[in-house]
Amino acid sequence: MSHGVPRCALQLENVHMRFGATPVLRGVSLDVFAGERHAIIGPNGAGKSTLFNLVSGRFAPTSGSIRLDGTPIGRRTPQEIYRLGLARSFQVTNIFPRLTVFENIRCGLLWSLGCRYSFVRDVAQLQKVNARAEQVLEEIGLRDRRNVRAGVLTYAEQRALEIGITIAGDAKLILLDEPTAGMSRAEAARAVALIRGISAGRTLVMVEHDMSVVFDLADRISVLVYGEIIATDAPARIRENGAVQAAYLGTAGHA
Amino acid sequence: MKADGLAGAAADRPPITHALASLRGAPWLAAAVALAVLPYVPGLDGNFGRSLLSQMGIAAVFALSYNLLLGQTGLLSFGHAVYFGLGAYASIHLMRAIDGGLPIPMPLVPLAGAAAGLCFGMLFGAVTVRRAGVVFALISLGIGELVFAAMRILQSFSGGEEGITANRGLGPHPFGFTFGPQIQVYYVIAFWAMVSALLLAAFLRTPVGRMCNAVRDNPERAAFVGYDPVRVRFVAFSVAAMFAGLAGGLHALNYEIVAAEAVGAGRSGAVLLMVYIGGVQHFFGAVLGAVVITWLQASLSDYTGAWQLYVGLFFIAMVLFAPGGLSGLLLVHRGIVRSRAFWAVLGAYAIAAVPFTLAACGAIALLEINYRRATQPDAGATVRLLGRNLDTSTPWPWLAALALLVIGALLLRPSLARVKRAWTEASEQAKSPAAPRPAR
Amino acid sequence: MLEIVTFSLLNGVVYGLLLFMVSSGLTLIFSLMGVLNFAHASMFMLGAYFSYQIGRWIGFWPALVIAPLVVAAIGALIERYGLRHVHRQGHVAEILFTFGLAYVIVECVVMIWGRNPIENRVPAAIDFPAFWIFGTSYPAYKVLMMAISVGMFAFLYFAFRRTRLGLVIRAALTHPEMVAALGHDVPRIFVLVFAIGSALAALAGVIGGFALLTEPNMAAALGPIVFVVIVVGGLGSIGGAFLASMLIGIVQTFAVALDYSLLDLFSAMHVTLASDSPFHELAAVKLAQAAPMIPYLLLVVMLILRPRGLLGTREA
Repeated sequence: MSHGVPRCALQLENVHMRFGATPVLRGVSLDVFAGERHAIIGPNGAGKSTLFNLVSGRFAPTSGSIRLDGTPIGRRTPQEIYRLGLARSFQVTNIFPRLTVFENIRCGLLWSLGCRYSFVRDVAQLQKVNARAEQVLEEIGLRDRRNVRAGVLTYAEQRALEIGITIAGDAKLILLDEPTAGMSRAEAARAVALIRGISAGRTLVMVEHDMSVVFDLADRISVLVYGEIIATDAPARIRENGAVQAAYLGTAGHA
Repeated sequence: MKADGLAGAAADRPPITHALASLRGAPWLAAAVALAVLPYVPGLDGNFGRSLLSQMGIAAVFALSYNLLLGQTGLLSFGHAVYFGLGAYASIHLMRAIDGGLPIPMPLVPLAGAAAGLCFGMLFGAVTVRRAGVVFALISLGIGELVFAAMRILQSFSGGEEGITANRGLGPHPFGFTFGPQIQVYYVIAFWAMVSALLLAAFLRTPVGRMCNAVRDNPERAAFVGYDPVRVRFVAFSVAAMFAGLAGGLHALNYEIVAAEAVGAGRSGAVLLMVYIGGVQHFFGAVLGAVVITWLQASLSDYTGAWQLYVGLFFIAMVLFAPGGLSGLLLVHRGIVRSRAFWAVLGAYAIAAVPFTLAACGAIALLEINYRRATQPDAGATVRLLGRNLDTSTPWPWLAALALLVIGALLLRPSLARVKRAWTEASEQAKSPAAPRPAR
Repeated sequence: MLEIVTFSLLNGVVYGLLLFMVSSGLTLIFSLMGVLNFAHASMFMLGAYFSYQIGRWIGFWPALVIAPLVVAAIGALIERYGLRHVHRQGHVAEILFTFGLAYVIVECVVMIWGRNPIENRVPAAIDFPAFWIFGTSYPAYKVLMMAISVGMFAFLYFAFRRTRLGLVIRAALTHPEMVAALGHDVPRIFVLVFAIGSALAALAGVIGGFALLTEPNMAAALGPIVFVVIVVGGLGSIGGAFLASMLIGIVQTFAVALDYSLLDLFSAMHVTLASDSPFHELAAVKLAQAAPMIPYLLLVVMLILRPRGLLGTREA
């Protein structure tokens, strides 16, 4: 995996975020290597979702810099950041409820496959778009729900669709915000297999609370506590890290 | 008319990617035939009938443009008549120029309306689409009032309250058509209505059309898949304004006069009512609403001055009980049409219609009596209803109406319960058609 | 000149306060429930009509109290039996419901009082000059208007900042679920707020019915301006509504008093515009004629320069 100095897909440097007078992130610095699967864990209120929101462009940081493959993205709009190759999923399902499952996926594809604001072409005849959408549908296991309105899907199906929309395009860096939240063991296992598959050749950053998922998937783990990263390391070493145990994992040797 | 998502099944099919070229043919062909034949149907073949059809055509184009705005992109506008009216003004001025010698045939006049609608749509849209939802609605109201006030001031352009006139019979007469008779104007309107409907349906199948739906459902997520929601809304707004302007051009052609009310709040409200009552979600809901409301407007206003009240009550009833509109009500039966119990449902409707009619007659009688007494004080206490003169200074007409209302309402309850039972059974049957009918 | 300025200022303040009375109720309802009440100006109209009718039966001073109470009751019924069922459909449906309601209320008014303006004359009790300036009298009923609106502002301030119920309502403004979880009956609070907002509009109507023409069209005439006030002031901000009301009231009143046009300005600068030039008509428009457009021009300018309004706090 390592040949010389690894390239940074995502680089945060001393990022601060304050909402009014309340500081949420206090100087976060993080380097995510290209092609790795990087998990961010930490107690509730640590600022994990805020971190994602900053990176994906929902908010702008109070100070500090964020770079995607060297390009600064701290003050850009979400659509600009997406077009630069970063896609994210949401913790609270954020789909298009009145469109069908297939159309949801297709909307995630249109820009990446070059459609832009065209008002001349017929989407039904865009072979590449439709083929890729079918492929994603197959990957997330929703092929037999293809023409169902997304708003009436079950919770787990909606979470799968959420991931599907995120991965449909050709984003090089994918942020997954608690992808297995609320899932049963079986559903989570399927999700893990899916995530492993789609992260091939791409960089993945994910926030998770389910430790089995984290230790299964992650190449490296960062621990975020009270707006600061207290450790970034391989899973085994994180498990043994005293500060991490005190703050989050507990001393009982959690697996 | 939703875009179907089937990937090209046959690999050797030529890639017709143009949205217009790939609309499914059958319903459109049927519509075209219907439009061609309607003015000769007995009952509609007089001047009144053809005039009514023309009005419906104009309203349908206007309503379809509003459907793009509200139903497809989620933008609630209270000032859409601005683009209709400005298109109408541009067209009437072109007509005057043609009357003065400009060699353009009259059927091309609505294009001037479309151009004006597009220009002003882009101009005002650039300022207003940055905000959505409630703020956008209020801003559209403000701009509507602004343009209305401006039209009343700029008398030489707008003719103020009296309006500007032109003559559609002058100008070039291609193939001998003078465009004076109503039937000829009807076919021009029908042509442009067909073209507009086709183009708007095709627009919804394009990438930006699909993203309009996406922005309606979840503008934030649309941004996170690469589309600027403001830009998408801007495109939708401009296109909607263009077709509203086209409808305005048809209006100018039909009536040969355009006045300040063409940009007014009343007209903006009317198209909102049409589209909502017809059904916001569906393309054909807009057409349905336009047809129904135009018909009501034309026929009811002869019988009663309170027709606006009835439309308003109907609208509120829709918002409360049937937010999908008339088209939604029709489509909801799609699921149970195949089941055997469907006929029972229809039967239950028929039975429920009786007390409903009684109650409605009672309510209408009460409203009519009040309304006429208030607005026609010189008629005194005598009110003419259903061909009979009622002396409303005595309590009998009031009591009779009240009795109808109360009896109808009381009988309505059990019949509604019957409708509900029939529905439940039909839904069960539709889900499992092989299940035996339960013994009574 | 000074006379014109003084009277315009006084009248502008009165008009601005009238706008504020109506828009404060609307802001209240919007802030709490997120509902943009299209029928709010209709409540204003009902206040004018009811006070006329009650005034004819009983007298003006009782009407001043009873009319707003009746309208408050109507508002409570609307919320309890109508709007409540629409809340779950979302804000667009709520707006549409109140839009339809406005339609229906106008027709009901026509049904009862007819289409023509009614003779809503200033009652004798307040029809006297309050004071004299520059040899012209200033009517007492306008002073009463000012007093009532200042009183209303004071009441709102006191009720919402100093009483327990006001505290609960303010909390429900931003956290309705939490307030409900604490045991307060939030739907009942909705009904109360809708009733209070309607009563405020009706009170404005009682007085405004004298200053403006009392006719079925008065709601449609005032409604859009009130909406402009709350957007310009910033949605959800009562202070912003006050500022915007005063701004629009004073500017528009001054404009009506000024019978000048661009042509006059040009001629003062010794510039003449040919009478067949296309701009001639535009330049000949007198400021008084263009006065109705002023609030909407202000809206467009505000949108371009400062979209969230003067004191706007939250996104709609």
